[in-house]
Amino acid sequence: MTDYADSGPATPPTAPAGLVSGALRMGDYWLTVLARTWKGGVITTFVTPFFYVLALGVLLGGFVEADPATLEGADSYLAFVAPGMVAAHAMTIAFSEMTYPVYGMVKWQRIYFSMIASPLTASHIVLAQLGFLMLRTLFACGVFLLVLAPFGVFGTWWGLLMAWLVQGLVVLAFGTPVLLFSLSIKGEESFALIFRLGMIPLTLFSGTFFPVANLGPVLEKVAMASPLWQGVNLTRMLALGEIDWALAAVHVGYLGLLAGVCWWLAVRKLDERLVS
Amino acid sequence: MISARGLRKSFGDFEAVRGIDVSVRPGVAFGFLGPNGAGKSSTMRMICCVSPPSGGELRVFGMDPAKDGPKIKARLGVCPQEDTLDVELNVYDNLFVYGRYFGLPRAEVKGRIEELLDFVQLTDKAKAKVDDLSGGMKRRLTIARSLINRPEILVLDEPTTGLDPQARHVIWDRLFRLKQAGVTLLLTTHYMDEAEQLCDELVVMDQGRIVAHGTPLGLIQQHSTREVAELRFGVGEHEALAAKVEDLAERVEVLPDRLLLYSDDGEAVIEAVHSRDLSPVATLVRRSSLEDVFLHLTGRTLVD
Repeated sequence: MTDYADSGPATPPTAPAGLVSGALRMGDYWLTVLARTWKGGVITTFVTPFFYVLALGVLLGGFVEADPATLEGADSYLAFVAPGMVAAHAMTIAFSEMTYPVYGMVKWQRIYFSMIASPLTASHIVLAQLGFLMLRTLFACGVFLLVLAPFGVFGTWWGLLMAWLVQGLVVLAFGTPVLLFSLSIKGEESFALIFRLGMIPLTLFSGTFFPVANLGPVLEKVAMASPLWQGVNLTRMLALGEIDWALAAVHVGYLGLLAGVCWWLAVRKLDERLVS
Repeated sequence: MISARGLRKSFGDFEAVRGIDVSVRPGVAFGFLGPNGAGKSSTMRMICCVSPPSGGELRVFGMDPAKDGPKIKARLGVCPQEDTLDVELNVYDNLFVYGRYFGLPRAEVKGRIEELLDFVQLTDKAKAKVDDLSGGMKRRLTIARSLINRPEILVLDEPTTGLDPQARHVIWDRLFRLKQAGVTLLLTTHYMDEAEQLCDELVVMDQGRIVAHGTPLGLIQQHSTREVAELRFGVGEHEALAAKVEDLAERVEVLPDRLLLYSDDGEAVIEAVHSRDLSPVATLVRRSSLEDVFLHLTGRTLVD
């Protein structure tokens, strides 16, 4: 046993020079979390997408004999549903990563409080957490798209690449409001609400499994206002190579604005919870 | 190192800290002693830059926490009342990721972890999950974590609350070694023995104010007698019996379960009590402590 001694090299501890450099200091934290949790994520990342494609796209889709004119440019139901499932997958990751894990960091283990005692601030913490979420989602959706590739459902390679990249935006458009929600609630029972009234209806009625035109003129407009439809339609256009660039710009603007505003609010809310 | 002038903290209508003046010099172990709700933790949170002062002036390392929070925090070690460890990571990883928050190179953090695990006697637990550690071990790990940046000031909020006596003594021993190594310690406690063991200098806080300031011994000499005779009578008799013994001591305090007679010669007081045909169920003569100082200054005991 040694006494506490200032031996060895002594780099002075510093305040981070900027937002990104501060967030990068948390890289090892998130890598450690990943090293601990990746085994559990293998099933959701690799196996679940394959099951969905097989069950809904191939086996159920085999019964769907729709006129391609009603499938928004897809030449089969599988080609129609596949991009939608990718975007819905990104949304699901945002919900699972930004609900209970975030709540635990505020309420149960209170890890955020230890982070804020270091030179890091709420802005660094949120950037690192959302950055990790985005990278993780890009990886998961990349695998999903690779699983789909052999089915021949994509238009062009560059469309596929862009469909993959926009999942980073889709996950932020859901990750930031859900993060804000998790930082704002008083009790964990509130999560049942956003899962039942948020995630599930969004998955079912935002154009993932059927064209929103099927909902009728009024509900179609409601569905089109949902962030998931914006993400699904954007992904589908890019994946199928049937791109309306003006509409694509609207989708990107919508998702970007939602993510940006909620990001800003989430930083403020986290700061409010940690600093009082 | 730290200076506060007229420092205040309010939460809505509630005033947690009501204008305190504090000055902490380098290398000193400085204590905030007081019961729960005295304003100790609120003061600590302001010093740690996680609670903006509502009024007055506060400087840490000569800097303003409102403007230079991250710079100040880089040089502080914080051991909070709750451990806030990541229970799903192992002991080693808890220290490693935390060291990285301070911008320290990986190789250097690794070297420090070895040193710190040795210091807090957790080397053989390096790969253990935090969940599997005892309360005392978790506390030691939190202290090790707070030392990863080699802080100039180590802030400890109730460092041994909730620990068994043996675990408390291990923590005290470690903190004493830090003090000898020249680390400035700032600690809050509601345990008088902890304050007496560790603090060179302390303030007694009550209801958001500082009611006394000095060394543990100096405060006892100033506000109490050398000894205290404790008399325990039957339940409910203490109030009535106080009048019969009040002339035997410099001061008498009535607690629900005993009478405290303050005198420089406790044994003589006990003899005098017996000579009046009073028969306490139990008697005890002890030296005055900070508990007595607090009782004298506020009329209340430290631990509810």
